Amino acid sequence: MSQDPAIRVERWTPLSRISILGAAIVLAILATGPLFFDNNAIDKLTTLFIYVILAVTWNALAGYGGLVSVGQQAFFGLGAYAAVRLADAGVNVYASLILAAVIIAAVSLPISSFMLRLKGGEFAIGMWVVAELCHLLVNLDSLVQGETGTSLIALNAYEADTRHALNYWVALGSMTVILVILFVLLRSRIGSAIQAIRDNEEAAAALGVRVMGTKRIIFVFAAFGAALAGALWLATAITFQPKTYFGVQWTAYMIFMVLVGGLGTFEGAILGALIFFLIEAWFGASGVWYLVGLGATALIFSLFVPRGIWGWLERRYGLNLLPLGYRILGIRPAARTAIPNDGAAPSAGTS
Amino acid sequence: MDQSVSEAKGQPIITVTGLQKRFRALVVLDQIDFSMRADEAVGIVGPNGAGKTTFLSVLVGAHPPTSGTINFLGEDVTDVPASERCRRGIVRTHQIPRPFGGMTVFENVFVAAANGGNFAREEGYERALDSLRLCGMFHLANRRAETLGLLDRKRLELARALATNPKLLLLDEIGGGLTDGEANELVATIRELRRRNIAIVWIEHIVHILLEVADRLICMDQGRIIADGDPAMVMKTPAVVEAYLGGSAE
Repeated sequence: MSQDPAIRVERWTPLSRISILGAAIVLAILATGPLFFDNNAIDKLTTLFIYVILAVTWNALAGYGGLVSVGQQAFFGLGAYAAVRLADAGVNVYASLILAAVIIAAVSLPISSFMLRLKGGEFAIGMWVVAELCHLLVNLDSLVQGETGTSLIALNAYEADTRHALNYWVALGSMTVILVILFVLLRSRIGSAIQAIRDNEEAAAALGVRVMGTKRIIFVFAAFGAALAGALWLATAITFQPKTYFGVQWTAYMIFMVLVGGLGTFEGAILGALIFFLIEAWFGASGVWYLVGLGATALIFSLFVPRGIWGWLERRYGLNLLPLGYRILGIRPAARTAIPNDGAAPSAGTS
Repeated sequence: MDQSVSEAKGQPIITVTGLQKRFRALVVLDQIDFSMRADEAVGIVGPNGAGKTTFLSVLVGAHPPTSGTINFLGEDVTDVPASERCRRGIVRTHQIPRPFGGMTVFENVFVAAANGGNFAREEGYERALDSLRLCGMFHLANRRAETLGLLDRKRLELARALATNPKLLLLDEIGGGLTDGEANELVATIRELRRRNIAIVWIEHIVHILLEVADRLICMDQGRIIADGDPAMVMKTPAVVEAYLGGSAE
């Protein structure tokens, strides 16, 4: 069976190279933001970066791993709490934000050992229970003073303008790192393994995929992302009240962003975060009706556009800016007819 | 490119001793003793509910046996998890196909090559493409698996299994619903696998296809092996004829 030199496996397209370049340029421009924007705009964009982190890490867990969790606020809250604790212990406040996320990722490892034994809805609700437990435990800490909460007082060491700019840069840098890690991770063999587990766990195991270890990588990564987002949120909000950080609304936001943008598409989660950010900016002040609108939109999308905006674009126009998969080039069409005649069919006996 | 056939042909590739599988009070496999050599192709027949599929599930580690041992290539693998057994060379296809629907056909097969076969990237590509060609699926490489029809899903089961570079391939009714032409193609493919020194166990209801390939036949009934040996002889055994309620190979 001779090899056709035209046949090869494509992982990068010209369009995807342009997309990466475009993304790099956008990020570079954003990095100069604090030099031009006022504090209000800086804070808004910082919020957007945090939303992107939340959306892409939940998408990694649910969209690629099939692990639908409604308890990611556990790690969001723990990330903020760990940052408070570290700063209180004298660690530099910005170092403590990053360190907090690393510590919580380590904490998520033993949690994964028992949570990942649960399947489907049990896992989803079980994670919520974990979040409630974490909430209660954090409330016991005398530093937090129950629901009275505490503040990241160490931020006072920075002048207001510097603080806003530092928050912005740390959030932008965190988002960039998360996006790069996730892109590389999902394009690696771990990425295809986790999707195989999502689609059929038993078949994946039967084909040699190490199910538990692969799930654990995605779970810990998603916990790291949520914890980092929580710590960054603390830096922008300064105050730490447990119930605002451990509230289930954080996961509701993540689900909204990913459902609208496109579950299981890399670009979709980013788009979803942007859409959520704009909706909040325009309608966030409308109180209850804002929440009703969010819920209704998520419902409409899951019923009528189940793949989200990006999933729809991808199917309709073959649009794929940041491809994670594999494409085989050089397939001659109509290779298979009633009588195989091109030597490609296994039944051809002559050589 | 085939591995050397240095292992003595007479050595058993797999040996099963006193295998029993119960689901609560229901005994599905009852004291199975079975052994085969690496150069054999063993067909398994038997009425529905005989325990054939469960036997494969226990061999690959999808279900733990209630008692008994499984020895593969001289090592006890009874407690080895399914993914590791696949990496050592035991793989199966599923009677009801289980494609990874959200991935392309190539990606389905590449996952098998990269994990079960433990091939590095470029080798994995070659392996996956080769498996697709062998199963007549190459032209479908970029299709999402969820868009495949039943026949192509069955072919995909075989292509994925082959990509893991198996030493022992367990086939569960992949011949059902084929036309004569397709069945001949399948037989040619399986013969090619035997040339590649893959030991084969094949459960099939369509006995005449099975007899084209198998050089040994086992008949199971109610969780037991009731006949084992030369295919023609097994099909004439009174117990086998009775299990099939008077049906015959022809």
